[in-house]
Amino acid sequence: MTILSALFDKFAQSKKNQVILFIAYVVLTGLGLFLLPDSTIAFLLLLFSILILYYLKFNLRVKWVTGIVILAIIVPFIASHSDSYQTYMEVGTLVGIYCAMALGLNIVVGFAGLLDLGFIAFFAVGAYSYAIFASGQAAKFMPFGHYPLPGGTFWIFIIIGALVASLFGILLGIPVLRVRGDYLAIVTLGFGEIIRILLNNMDHPLNITNGSMGIASIKPPNFFGITIGNSSQFYYIALGIFLVVIYVVRKLEDSKLGRSWKAVRDNEIAAQAMGIPLVKTKLAAFAIGASFSGMMGVVFAAKQMFVDATSFTYLESTMVLVMVILGGMGSVPGVILGAAVVIILRTQVLTNISDWLSQMSTDYGIEIPAALSPEKMQLLIFGLLLIIFALYRTQGLIPHKNRKVDVELLKKESAAAALDREKVTSGGADS
Amino acid sequence: MNLKKIIPLVAVVVLLLGVISGCASKSGGSKGKQVIEIGSQSPLSGGSATLGDAIRLGAELAIDDQKAAFAKKGFEIKLKDMDDQGDPKKGVANAQILAADKNVLALVGHLNSGVAIPSSEVYEKNNLAMVSPATTATVVTDRGLKSVNRICARDDFQGPAGANFAVKTLKAKKIFIIQDKTAYGSGLAEQFRDQAKKLGADIVGYEGITVGEKDFSGVLSQAVTKKPDLIYFGGVYAEGGLIIKQARQKGLNMPIMGGDGLDSSSTVQIAGDAVKGVYLTSVAGDVSKTEKGQAFAKKYKEKFGKNVESYSAYGYDSAGVILKGIMNAINANDGKKPTREQVEKAIRGIKNYDGVTTKVSFNDKGDNTYAKVYIYKFDQAKYPPAQEAEISQ
Amino acid sequence: MLAQIIQNLPQVLIDGLTLGVVYAVVAIGYTMVYGILELINFAHGDVFMTGAFIGATVLFLMLGMGFLAAMPALIVFLIVIVVAGIATGLLGVGIERVAYRPLRRKNAPKLIALITSIGISFVLEDAVRFIAELKTGNYIVTAPSMFNHKFTLDIHHIMPFFDNATFQSSFLLVLAVTIVMLVSLDLFVNKTKWGMAMRAVAQDRDTASLMTINVNRVISVTFFIGSALGGATGVLFMIQYGTIDPYIGFILGIKAFTAAVLGGIGNIRGAMFGGIMLGLLEMFAAANLSLITHGAMGAEYKDVFAFIILILVLIFKPEGLFGKAVVEKV
Repeated sequence: MTILSALFDKFAQSKKNQVILFIAYVVLTGLGLFLLPDSTIAFLLLLFSILILYYLKFNLRVKWVTGIVILAIIVPFIASHSDSYQTYMEVGTLVGIYCAMALGLNIVVGFAGLLDLGFIAFFAVGAYSYAIFASGQAAKFMPFGHYPLPGGTFWIFIIIGALVASLFGILLGIPVLRVRGDYLAIVTLGFGEIIRILLNNMDHPLNITNGSMGIASIKPPNFFGITIGNSSQFYYIALGIFLVVIYVVRKLEDSKLGRSWKAVRDNEIAAQAMGIPLVKTKLAAFAIGASFSGMMGVVFAAKQMFVDATSFTYLESTMVLVMVILGGMGSVPGVILGAAVVIILRTQVLTNISDWLSQMSTDYGIEIPAALSPEKMQLLIFGLLLIIFALYRTQGLIPHKNRKVDVELLKKESAAAALDREKVTSGGADS
Repeated sequence: MNLKKIIPLVAVVVLLLGVISGCASKSGGSKGKQVIEIGSQSPLSGGSATLGDAIRLGAELAIDDQKAAFAKKGFEIKLKDMDDQGDPKKGVANAQILAADKNVLALVGHLNSGVAIPSSEVYEKNNLAMVSPATTATVVTDRGLKSVNRICARDDFQGPAGANFAVKTLKAKKIFIIQDKTAYGSGLAEQFRDQAKKLGADIVGYEGITVGEKDFSGVLSQAVTKKPDLIYFGGVYAEGGLIIKQARQKGLNMPIMGGDGLDSSSTVQIAGDAVKGVYLTSVAGDVSKTEKGQAFAKKYKEKFGKNVESYSAYGYDSAGVILKGIMNAINANDGKKPTREQVEKAIRGIKNYDGVTTKVSFNDKGDNTYAKVYIYKFDQAKYPPAQEAEISQ
Repeated sequence: MLAQIIQNLPQVLIDGLTLGVVYAVVAIGYTMVYGILELINFAHGDVFMTGAFIGATVLFLMLGMGFLAAMPALIVFLIVIVVAGIATGLLGVGIERVAYRPLRRKNAPKLIALITSIGISFVLEDAVRFIAELKTGNYIVTAPSMFNHKFTLDIHHIMPFFDNATFQSSFLLVLAVTIVMLVSLDLFVNKTKWGMAMRAVAQDRDTASLMTINVNRVISVTFFIGSALGGATGVLFMIQYGTIDPYIGFILGIKAFTAAVLGGIGNIRGAMFGGIMLGLLEMFAAANLSLITHGAMGAEYKDVFAFIILILVLIFKPEGLFGKAVVEKV
């Protein structure tokens, strides 16, 4: 067995072999999904190829292109032959939405080290900003304009949602900056609850959110005359925004701002002493993290065509937190994996197992109490995951890696720079 | 492969194994007969599980009853029950799963209007007919979707009917309204308030409470100072039972009235003796009144070992309507398995179906023209309460 | 408007006090743990809830065996509260062993401990729900009613601008038991050797350990006392309100934490005061908000006010009303 795996290891070391193996895997699982169109396993195995891709030794650009091709073309194409096409794409859309949100929270918690327990509030703000104006709701309190706005404005609202959410992020951030650590967690929790209660109650004296009745009949987005109403179409929107979010996060992570976040996280006082502006850095983390949620909130509202405050509870905030912790705080690929695992667990795996159990009890007369249904055990499962990961694998599924820095090169560069400076100053002294 | 890489891989493999076990069920079935599945979506967990479970069990009984009739035609009928947890997101995800399963031709569901509204958008796209036993919000059918039907009364019928009874029969002049700030509770309370105002009653208070709390003394103290003749509660039994109990403790001995959310044995369990003198409007009729109903209650008790809840019979009748529609569609289709569109049309076209609690004829929106509102009163701390009045449209 | 507010003031005070003492005792659990470990024990609210359920179970067991009819209610109550208190106390010690001690040993960041406590709180909620549902088919449990003799406080007769207030005998019980608990805790912390050790550990863990104090044991004792108090309060809650469900711990926990912050976290007397304050404020808001705002805002906003108080205190007086300001050590 060990010899076999060692052999496999050796075989898989070479790049050419990796390509062959990977293509074989994709073709095999793709064929699997094609032949067994209702098999969730085949679908998940196909998605699994993305994770394998991550571990392969390809050039980064090749990886990106392959990943996008798989997600944007191969998966939807094969899945479209299945009866469960819309279900698969619904799962895909949800994964996209939550990935972007988890990446947003990752900036706040993972990069900047500010624990936010009310993160779903920004999602809610984004969702409501589209819902209000893309339904008859706005006409109830806006003195001007014709509502609902046409579905074409959806694209503008993605940006508006991001802006409004980041505004709320800053609003939350300003008072919060004075508290730190555990207190911050409690304040953000309170903030999240306040937003939810407000959304649930703002139907009088001025009817802004339609209170607990929620906002129904939200206009579906419109793309050059095509009405987007199916999960298979929303999948592409979610994928697109998700890619943008990854790009931004990747760029930010190694930027000056990203490094300041990490400095603040590791030691606030030391960071301040090094001249990092605390206020600006923390506010930027809140604002940027919130804006991702806001964008996806808009997509969520358009997809559901109905929003009410019950979708934005404390439990949802902690679910996003679970994704971040599970994947690995600060690790971008980790957080993506975490979000995917949690969503697939929630929407597919647990439901399937519950179905299976209830099938067992009807088919074979095995009495399984309804209380045992794994679908209901979500809290227990995610609670245990939180504890286990916090205790034994704090760094998550895919631990965060700092970019490797070549110390020698850096030393040389800084020595050269110092020499230059010396020259300039000594030159100045001469004249 | 070092250890670091193996751990995430192992995690994902475990996850996949879960799916494999989960999917094993998919292959089963057929046995030479064509399978027709009836979906059901209601909250089987959470605060209104008692009501949701009753709907599911009612539907299951209806399917059992008609198994033989369908077997004769060469079809095997099955229930595919799902738990919507009272959560709109979960409802939509389940709706996608039901829509993907081509054997599912129609479904019984939902309990909560907030879940039914987004989920029905999915049903509409897939021509999957939905017959709701319990969603009373007006918006559910007012959107004019061809797949959405309900056999119960609407809020703009139930609320005003309650208000008429409160003002005209109980002679309430000053009414204090409490609602639970959910789509169901505030919808009902608003309709009640508007009608009561129209009839000239004075609304002395209109307060919201938080679902899940246990102490409602603050709101009730306010009611004490306002000295109303009647307290109306729009909400579900979990809070309603406590409000009744705490109101009586505070010496508020006037009649308390509620909607169909209180129509559950749990109300009595929570409120205890305080439940005496509580009125409620329900869209579900008292099954113990008719012979058919008594037979149903007996059968239900035998099969599930539970007493009937308010919505048991409605779940049964919803499934009955669906099965009748499917049967009609099969007959119209020369005994072949009908398409969803055919079933959808056949269900909407049902006229004068005679169910256990209600007759059913759908109008062009999918509302039941025979839907009635019943008014009950708890004379003793016992469920079910006694029927006081029956109001037709 | 003012006349109406004054009218129902006695009733609001009584209800507020009932809720307030519950907050106060639960707040003590938070404040004791925070004082020693600087950790928000998120699971504490759920320990409170577990206490209520254990109490209900014991009560039902005694009911089944016929004890309830045979013994005076007060003795039954004492047995229930003591059993629930000890059980939750042990639960608290167990939680500390499993979830917090390993982290302390590893010197993990505080954020991680907070996350485990959220995890514990989820697990407790779901485990209790699961057991309750398995046994009764419904997770909302209604306890047999006890101490429901009704009293009317005839204030109206003496001071005509007040309305009469009513309360149940359970109110007196809740009040008496919490006062006993609070006073004995205060004595314990301030007068006994263990109390002194606790204060020492809270002040400086390292120095305390140099003074031959077994820090881990002191922490265990702290968790035991805090959790036992929380569990006992759960029993009081069950008796007062009659109905419990597995989710009562979350929101009550947050409010109790607010109370602890209000009084100055780490300060036991402050937590008592903060709890009672918050209970009164909340009840006052629920009863009078719509009067004051002419219907624009109703009782549904009372939680918003609780959270706003929390945020304001944290921002402007993070040391609380009774706490001492702490300078951050570099």
